[in-house]
Amino acid sequence: MTDQTDVAALAEQVPDGALVALPPDYSFVPMELIRALIRRGVKDLHAIAVPVSGMAADLLIGAGCLRVMEAAAVSLGEAGLAPSFTRGVQDGSLTMKDSTCPAIHTALQASEKGVPFMPLGGIIGSDIVKYRNDWKVVDDPMGEGNGRILLVPAIRPDVAFVHAPLADRHGNIWVGKRHELFTIAHAAKTTLATYEELHDGDLTEDPVLSAGTIPAMYIGGLARAVEGAKPLGLAGSYGADMDHIRAYAKEARTQEGFDAYLKREVLGGQAEAAS
Amino acid sequence: MADYSSEEFLISVITGLLPEKGNAAVGAASPVPGSAVLLKRELTGGALRASLIQGTANNPFTDGGRELFDAAGQGRIDVFFLGGVQIDGQANLNLVGTGAYPALERRFPGSFGSPYMYFTVPNVILFRPEHTRRVFVEKVDFISAPGVSPPDVHRIGGPKALVTELCLMSFDRDKGRFRLESVHPGHSVEEVRDNTGFDFDVPDNVPTTAEPSDEMLGVLRSKIGREIAGTYPDFAERVLGYRAEMTA
Repeated sequence: MTDQTDVAALAEQVPDGALVALPPDYSFVPMELIRALIRRGVKDLHAIAVPVSGMAADLLIGAGCLRVMEAAAVSLGEAGLAPSFTRGVQDGSLTMKDSTCPAIHTALQASEKGVPFMPLGGIIGSDIVKYRNDWKVVDDPMGEGNGRILLVPAIRPDVAFVHAPLADRHGNIWVGKRHELFTIAHAAKTTLATYEELHDGDLTEDPVLSAGTIPAMYIGGLARAVEGAKPLGLAGSYGADMDHIRAYAKEARTQEGFDAYLKREVLGGQAEAAS
Repeated sequence: MADYSSEEFLISVITGLLPEKGNAAVGAASPVPGSAVLLKRELTGGALRASLIQGTANNPFTDGGRELFDAAGQGRIDVFFLGGVQIDGQANLNLVGTGAYPALERRFPGSFGSPYMYFTVPNVILFRPEHTRRVFVEKVDFISAPGVSPPDVHRIGGPKALVTELCLMSFDRDKGRFRLESVHPGHSVEEVRDNTGFDFDVPDNVPTTAEPSDEMLGVLRSKIGREIAGTYPDFAERVLGYRAEMTA
């Protein structure tokens, strides 16, 4: 049985310096947990986007919680460039490990299988390979005449973050077809999940819902967070608040603007109480 | 000839490059390629499959973010679209930024899946409307995805064509060079040369790119607006005049 707690207590379970996995903005991001992590003052995180991130990464970067970002891309999508990410790379305060979508998926699949690395086609000749000293290009070791091939080391996150539409009293969570969340839950040492609604019954016993269910054995902590993905969307429940995201993209172009957003939207009463 | 917008024209140019059958996949934030693929699907009676990765409409993927890449690696994707902050004469793509890596002068989002899709999809169409020397450079500052590969690297896929606001080019993978195929109505070969930072082949006679037919525009506006609205409602309304019915 996975203990039920609250979002602030979940955030306490993430140690400084942890390698944390972030879902992409279209896939059930636990934004309330991200805000709670900032309120808890988490430091030196190494975030791996699976395989891209936007609001979640940008808030953590702007708030000074991240030391390293690894991603195939960081962007606010239709709202444009991710302002804190862009500023952090350009002024050198953020270390960016550039990757590519299938390399991140493949490295997580290596962890799912418990093997130290996996091969991946393509990619060779990209400058990404040049700057990734943890990647290796080898001659096809099976001698099948396929020439050179790229090997990427397994990525094993300390913690994966997920916001699920449903959870049950047994600690199972339902994420439907967002199977990259299965991958990060399998690959990570533990997964901290928030959820929208409590399902009355056992998700693993439901013949329809079980196919989209991540079982409790992967879940290290669970807390309810109603509208916990906002301002991002939760497919099937609510859409992204594009006005909010566009306003953020504009306001956070300067660190002062970001700080004002943070105080208003994230720190809230805490900032008032501390002053 | 009917009036049409620049986006409708570019949709028509891309539609003309698409095959009669197979599977055309479209990445995120790509309403023009997405509309072209949906139009070609309509014109081929469904023989060309449309696989959009953004949103839920016309999105056939059910196995998470990796499925597109796994499908491409197996040869299940025949057509894909890529762009770039910079593109050079060897069709190298830069989606990372300008200046010296890693402390770039201007940082852009990142490479996404470009260095994999470029190797695995046989027909990659490069789509970059802005045709300037800022975009089309002699050599990109960062190679997200290389245009050509040496023989000891297994490669099925690569660039076939480049569509911009000025012209259509093809890419010869053996020569590693672009060739001007046609210039859009109202533009000239000189204008293309003046705004391109790399050298490319120019045939003796360069035709003018065909304009969309009334029939094609009719199908686009009557049927594709509704389809693309499922993924890009603002684009469907602004470009194709389709306004989704509000349901109370």
